[in-house]
Amino acid sequence: METLVAFDLATTPLREVNTALHAPGLTGEFVIAHPDGAHNVAVGLDAPIRVQIDGHVGYYAAGMNQQAHVTIDGNAGTGVAENMMSGTVWVKGSASQSAGATAHGGLLVIEGKAAARCGISMKGVDIVVGGDVGHMSAFMAQAGRLVVRGDAGEALGDSIYEARIYVRGNVASLGADCVAKEMRPEHHSELESLLAAAGFDDDTAAYTRYGSARSLYHFHVDNAAAY
Amino acid sequence: MDSSADDRARLGLRESATFDRSTIAAIHRAAETGIYDIRGWGAKRPLPHFDDLLFLGASMSRYPLEGYRERCDTDVVLGDRYAKYPLHLDIPVTIAGMSFGALSGPAKEALGRGASAVGTSTTTGDGGMTREERTQSKNLVYQYLPSRYGMNPDDLRKADAIEVVLGQGAKPGGGGMLLGQKISARVAGMRTLPEGIDQRSACRHPDWTGPDDLTIKINELREITDWEKPIYVKVGATRTYYDVKLAVHAGADVVVVDGMQGGTAATQEVFIEHVGVPTLAAVPQAVQALQELGVHRKVQLIVSGGIRTGADVAKALALGADAVAIGTAALIALGDNHPRYAADYEKLGSAAGFFDDFQDGTDPAGISTQDPELASRFDPVEGGRRLANYLRVLTMEAQTIARACGKSHVCHLEPEDLVAVTIEAAAMARVPLAGTEWIPGR
Repeated sequence: METLVAFDLATTPLREVNTALHAPGLTGEFVIAHPDGAHNVAVGLDAPIRVQIDGHVGYYAAGMNQQAHVTIDGNAGTGVAENMMSGTVWVKGSASQSAGATAHGGLLVIEGKAAARCGISMKGVDIVVGGDVGHMSAFMAQAGRLVVRGDAGEALGDSIYEARIYVRGNVASLGADCVAKEMRPEHHSELESLLAAAGFDDDTAAYTRYGSARSLYHFHVDNAAAY
Repeated sequence: MDSSADDRARLGLRESATFDRSTIAAIHRAAETGIYDIRGWGAKRPLPHFDDLLFLGASMSRYPLEGYRERCDTDVVLGDRYAKYPLHLDIPVTIAGMSFGALSGPAKEALGRGASAVGTSTTTGDGGMTREERTQSKNLVYQYLPSRYGMNPDDLRKADAIEVVLGQGAKPGGGGMLLGQKISARVAGMRTLPEGIDQRSACRHPDWTGPDDLTIKINELREITDWEKPIYVKVGATRTYYDVKLAVHAGADVVVVDGMQGGTAATQEVFIEHVGVPTLAAVPQAVQALQELGVHRKVQLIVSGGIRTGADVAKALALGADAVAIGTAALIALGDNHPRYAADYEKLGSAAGFFDDFQDGTDPAGISTQDPELASRFDPVEGGRRLANYLRVLTMEAQTIARACGKSHVCHLEPEDLVAVTIEAAAMARVPLAGTEWIPGR
């Protein structure tokens, strides 16, 4: 049986906790109590471990995660799972802005809502948001999938590259070069898998796919107003 | 047929100072294409610069050190404020950030070879870290940019220092661009982009805004790398006094200030020439900020933007920098704009000494290109040797001046060793106009 190690951020400095979680060859399960909004909790992990954070966290929780499965039993501040490479980050509550920013891989699940710029510059990560996302979500999103079970704010997918966005609710407005696209069978299948991975079994027919019109891929005078 | 200047003068032809031939050509180009001009290099306009300063060599009131016999050290430690492993460089001249993508793989390799041969550092750029530069660079600074192209924690941990880039002198407030000609399969793969597109880079970081957020971001980078690496913060020179203060408050170990003569691989001409302030004006502002915070020489200052000679190095250090960074000059040392390619430059509608179309990827010298045939023209071993030679010359020149001023370390040079030959330079550098005790504004 894997060992369960408990840290209490009320009495243990963050540096000590992150150092312990960076130990070479680490396995097992870890619980972090009393995060109380601390920034940079469980950042830079690179081991197949499970980390449970009992409470709300500040900026960049589980930032640059590799391999680890991190659960945040609370809300997350700005940039949760930013630049994640692999593994899973699961937020039981809601997330502030720039959730999953620039992340290359892995799965980010936000059961509640996500604020502005969710999935900004995402580079391959999968993000599933239980509720709404704020404005400028998936701004310059390069690769990966963003699933929004609620509504999306203004300028969704502005200047998007090759990422795919699925939204069930309303979209306040689309950003430059972002367009609605046909849901082909492979998209229903892909969406179903993403929802299942996040513990949802919605009817995929209720979703619309959005992606790049690819009209801004080359500088052209006629696009001047869009840049 | 072209007429000579003498012929034109004889005919009474007078060129407009306002609408000179370059301006007329630019208007014609804009009218024909409908898109702004994008080019490489840095500001080409005349600006107050280090040339406008002179050193007061020792005589009666100061005594000099004996050239070649008395020591004049050049080593510098960067990032010892918080980092467990600060950088120890043998010379105070570093290589500025230039991306793989902007430059060819062999060119990046040559920068690493040259810098390592003389004990200094190189810097990555937008697009991530390549095997060539990590292998060849003994000290490699990893840039953390708004686009985060190719950014990954493995490379972060492989770096010797991390440079959080807020801007660069050629385009403070601007994002990057790399035109499709240079988005090869390898560059596209590293940046997670489709091949051949015109790549846009964001001008702001995606997950922080402002100095308070930067404090948290720097702490995140430190936590991820277990407080081992020095963290630099790089700014393009504009409101330098305030930016440096905020960078220090945010926890920077090293502040990099890049003046408007600093180079770029591809930026709008209007941006290069009209945004930012000259390097000369920025250095005293940065030093004042550090001094007021009581961290001058504790948080190190690296200055870049138009450094060409050992005299420029010495003057930047005398004004209070701890080191300088070179970009354009390093590329020239590698062979950029060399007369041996004169015929090739002419075919491109340019000329040796004028070529600045780094964005096109057609560089005959094989440096600012991703074309395999052009890149194969460039020998990274020979390029590295040329760069090492150039860096040695810069260092020896700076030592020559420092000894003449009686200094046993190049970083002992001080503003008191300098005078200015123009009122503008005196005001910007805050040193007296030569032959007077007058510092404008004081």
